Amino acid sequence: MKRKLLVLVAAAGAVLASVAFFRRGSARRERVDLYFADGSMVSLGEGPDAERLLALGRTTLDAAR
Amino acid sequence: MEAAQALADLTEISTQIKAAALFRADGTLDASTLADGTRFVEAARALLSAAEGVRSEPLVQLEAATAGGSVFVVRDGDRLVAAVTGPEPTVGLVFYDLKSCLRSSAESEEGEKPKRAPKRKAKEEGENGEA
Repeated sequence: MKRKLLVLVAAAGAVLASVAFFRRGSARRERVDLYFADGSMVSLGEGPDAERLLALGRTTLDAAR
Repeated sequence: MEAAQALADLTEISTQIKAAALFRADGTLDASTLADGTRFVEAARALLSAAEGVRSEPLVQLEAATAGGSVFVVRDGDRLVAAVTGPEPTVGLVFYDLKSCLRSSAESEEGEKPKRAPKRKAKEEGENGEA
C-alpha cells in the first residue's frame, strides 16, 4: 500500500514537472524583436512593453485568420 | 496589380508565410493575400506604432513571436509589408523574403523590370524534412 502511494506521488510529480517545463519553454519563446535603422536590435521578452506588443501581435495574428 | 504580383511571388517563394499584405505608411492597402486585408493592416500598423514608441530611433523591422505564430513587419520608406507565419519560423529567411518583396514592388512601380528572388521552395521543404 505504501509502495503504491509512493509510485502514485512520483507519477503525479513527473506529470506536474512536465507541464511546468513545457509551459516555461513556451513562455520563453514569446518575445518581440525590434530592429532599428542604426543597426541595433532590442529583444523584449518580459515587462510591460513586451506584454503590450505581444498582445498587439496576437491581435494581428487573429486578423490574418 | 504589381503589388499583388509581388505578394504572389512572396507566397510562392516562402512556404513559411501564411498571409501577407503590402501597404503604405498612411495605411493605404496596396495588396493582400487575405480576402479582407484591411483589418490585418490596421492591426499591423497598431503593432508597429506601439513598437516605435520603445525607442526614438527609427524602426525598420520587427518580429513578434507568440506561441501561436509570428508577425513580421518590414519598412522601406513609405512602403511596408506585414506577414504572419507559424510558430518558430526561420527568422532570417522570412525577413529576406519580405525585403525582396518590398524591393520588387517598388521596382515594379518605378517601371523597372522586377528582379525576382531565386526560387527556394524545394530547398526549404528539404530543410523541413517535407521533401
